[in-house]
Amino acid sequence: MDPLSDTSTSPTADETPALASDTLREGIVDKLRAALGDQLLDVKLVPGTDLWARVATEAWRDTGLALRDQGFHYFCFLSAIDWLPSPYGRGEDDPTAPAPERSTEIVHGYTGGETRFQVFARVTDIERHIGVTVKADVPDVAAGESPVIESWVTNYAGANWHERECHEMFGITFAGHPDLRNMYLPTDFEGYPLRKDFPLLARLVKPWPGIVDVEPLPGEGDESTDAAADGEGASA
Amino acid sequence: MIAVDLPYWAQSLLRVLGGTVAVLLPAGTIVYLFLFKMMSFMQSRLGPMEAGPYGSMQLFAEVGKWLQKEDIQPALADKKIFKIAPLIVLVSTFILVAVVPFGPDAYFTDFEAGVFYALAVSSVSVLGILIAGWSSANKYSLLGGLRAAGQLIAYELPMVLAVVGVVIQAGSMNMQQIVFAQNHGSIFGWDGVGNPYVLTQFVAFGVFMIAVQAELTQTPFDMPIAESELVSGYMTEYSGFRFLIFFIAEFANVGIFALIASVLFLGGWGVPFSWFGWDSMDAVDDWMNVVGPLIMIGKMLALSFLIMWVRFSYPRLREDQLQRFAWKVLIPVSLVNIMLTAILKVAF
Amino acid sequence: MTDLIDRQKLSYIAAQAADARLNVELETEGMTLNIGPQHPATHGTLRIIVRLDGEQVVWADPSAGYMHRGYEKLTEVRTFPQVTTLINRIDWLGSFANEVPFILAAEQLMDIEAPPRAQWIRTILFELSRIANVSLFLGDLGVQLGAITPVFMAFRDREYVLNLIEGATGGRFHPNFDRIGGLKDDLPKGWIDETRQVMKKLRNFCDEIENLLFGNKIFQDRTRGIGVIPPAVAQQYGLSGANLRASGVDWDLRRDQKIALAYDKVDFKVWTHPDGDSFARCWIRLQETREATKIVDQLLDGIPSGPVMAKVPRIIKVPEGEAWVSTENPLGEMGYYVVSQGDLGPFRVKIRTASFNNISIVPWVLRGVYVPDVITILASLYFILGDIDK
Repeated sequence: MDPLSDTSTSPTADETPALASDTLREGIVDKLRAALGDQLLDVKLVPGTDLWARVATEAWRDTGLALRDQGFHYFCFLSAIDWLPSPYGRGEDDPTAPAPERSTEIVHGYTGGETRFQVFARVTDIERHIGVTVKADVPDVAAGESPVIESWVTNYAGANWHERECHEMFGITFAGHPDLRNMYLPTDFEGYPLRKDFPLLARLVKPWPGIVDVEPLPGEGDESTDAAADGEGASA
Repeated sequence: MIAVDLPYWAQSLLRVLGGTVAVLLPAGTIVYLFLFKMMSFMQSRLGPMEAGPYGSMQLFAEVGKWLQKEDIQPALADKKIFKIAPLIVLVSTFILVAVVPFGPDAYFTDFEAGVFYALAVSSVSVLGILIAGWSSANKYSLLGGLRAAGQLIAYELPMVLAVVGVVIQAGSMNMQQIVFAQNHGSIFGWDGVGNPYVLTQFVAFGVFMIAVQAELTQTPFDMPIAESELVSGYMTEYSGFRFLIFFIAEFANVGIFALIASVLFLGGWGVPFSWFGWDSMDAVDDWMNVVGPLIMIGKMLALSFLIMWVRFSYPRLREDQLQRFAWKVLIPVSLVNIMLTAILKVAF
Repeated sequence: MTDLIDRQKLSYIAAQAADARLNVELETEGMTLNIGPQHPATHGTLRIIVRLDGEQVVWADPSAGYMHRGYEKLTEVRTFPQVTTLINRIDWLGSFANEVPFILAAEQLMDIEAPPRAQWIRTILFELSRIANVSLFLGDLGVQLGAITPVFMAFRDREYVLNLIEGATGGRFHPNFDRIGGLKDDLPKGWIDETRQVMKKLRNFCDEIENLLFGNKIFQDRTRGIGVIPPAVAQQYGLSGANLRASGVDWDLRRDQKIALAYDKVDFKVWTHPDGDSFARCWIRLQETREATKIVDQLLDGIPSGPVMAKVPRIIKVPEGEAWVSTENPLGEMGYYVVSQGDLGPFRVKIRTASFNNISIVPWVLRGVYVPDVITILASLYFILGDIDK
């Protein structure tokens, strides 16, 4: 298995990965495709390791239902990713210098994507000892509005708290959720902390020394310089 | 017969002093011996070791600490009642000790309905606990107070019924008479150890000790104070010396109920009268007024050891399980015991 | 399964109706009780708002977040090796076990594997964390139910395990010992023999607790039939660990997944219990502690020689990709969903903690129980606040 080479060629829904030795996971994909049809947008299968699937936004709830009917009764987690690159980098900027230029191009991970936010969830089949991660794009909205996606609470009761957490951290609204109150933050808290454009104030106030301090150990000169040549951090 | 010759004021002073000692000494001894040391040994630790030799002065350190603490009253509390509540509990302890005899003449008061009086005033502390729970303006305290009221009333009944067996056998409600009957009695004609009622009334003794455990709100019946649920229940809002008063009252009550139990079931202050050939109360030698209290303290420690042993070993029951136990087990058992005692009393 | 939501709704309606009827008949009104955030039963700062009718719970609403430390955000500004310092503090009683799934996820992304000796030592330390964690649970259980003695025994015997962890890693509570590609150090001299002796002591401790607590009639009365969770509900809420196995679901990530730890080299039993009540949950944990001592013993016997660190670059850059690794931690399934974009640090880390899911069932399971049972159920579900709040 080599995740590196797999990511470069993101497989589409139509082609099953060539390394096909994982009949169990392929069977799951087939069943999922039968249930969802075109709405299963993309699949990533690392044989013997894991399975990812991306579905259309409007099929999000049905995906949960289809998975549950396939035997994925165990709800593991549900969360979201903000694919926007952080405008603050890794919080290692010099606060006195002008802010460096950063790319704002969104690079998606496995199974691709079209929007800034993605929700993803993982469910497990306890009989077959197998889990699957499903993702769905959350449609982009104008600033100040909350992106909306269907709730999974009717599929898995345990999604309740996960969606509440996701709602307050990313500002994603789950349509059909009975009780979208804040879980961790005060009710009047403004902003969504896990969004990439939410600054980590501790880092802005006092820059983190972090990677700057790394020095090669004595007697490791050759090896570490080789490695340091790859990592731009060592000289920073 | 020394005390009789003294003037009335001196007798009263002696009684007040004696009463104070009889309340505070057991409380202190129990706290140090059992709460500090025995519990520590059961839990594979040493307990207090620094204050005084073997930590024996720890108690004074604790009292000093509590006296220095701020006396906090919740803003919403019913202030007057809040202040009175611990005193009521403590006073009930003092008036309870009044009927316990410590020797042929070493008693505070000797009156005919002694047992009846003891059982009656032991319920006064419920009043203190209930108003402490109510006046604290705290929901935990309120729950604790209500639990205490329900529990103490439920366990009053088996306790009274257990004592009825003793009263029937002794033929008197006078504590001195009960002591006399036990020490002067005989078992099928053999009077080597007298007739301590723990032998004939063992069912009543068991019921009584369980009821005492509940009456004292000790584990496994400590739901009113339930540390992990109600955060000390009715005592939650008390601090400083008011808490100290509750604390003293709790352990003084352990001692006094142990004293009452030893009077009712273990022969009280007496030794078997046959050993010295005494055949009536008046015949008992005067030195028993000195030895008697010592015997009482020994018996008290033995019984409070039992109470504490159970306290440190068991988990806590639930409120409804406790009530079920009282009404479905203890009360029927003690009723059967009364019937049997009455039948046997008539038969023999 | 599908009727779960209906049943929840129905029971809610029934509870409301009962409440209303009582209000009419007796003119009583319920009482809202705040259990926590400062309460001995919440060991930490969990707050549970319960609506009481007498002593019966009409509804309960747990409210977490008093200890939220924002680890998911913080990981985004840390490098991969730095993250272990943070995640150590999630379940602070079994710290080492928190590090393992994250390190495994990073290793999976980098496509390296720790040398066998490192994997064995990881597994040993993992199980020692479990013992340290669960032995405290077994003692604490007594305190929650009013028996004060067992907790001191638990603290006494847990100390031996903490000493072992300290001996091997240098940290009693937060070892921070796991590295991408292996471990920081090898085991110190004499550690293996000492561990064997401590495992014997721990088995004695388990026997002691079993006699003292589990055989006690009052303990059984308090826990049997209290807080029953059927297997279907447990799976829907994502309960894991002993809580899931106590509902009769035979699922243990140590046995049931392919993972770079030495669990496939040892022989151990996964205990399940059909009842799903509080007693079953406690009992499963007791058995698991025993089983863990046996696992450690077996691992000590067969520990291979060799290096404890694979060859990794000094500056660790994790290639692009996503990985999910979860392990069977003391509290249940703990996993990390790591998204890397080829940088020094992760792009996003989703931390899936066991207690978060385990506690999310509380509103469901607390309905209709008495206040003392609230404590029993919370104690038996066993949560660590850091594990809920992250």
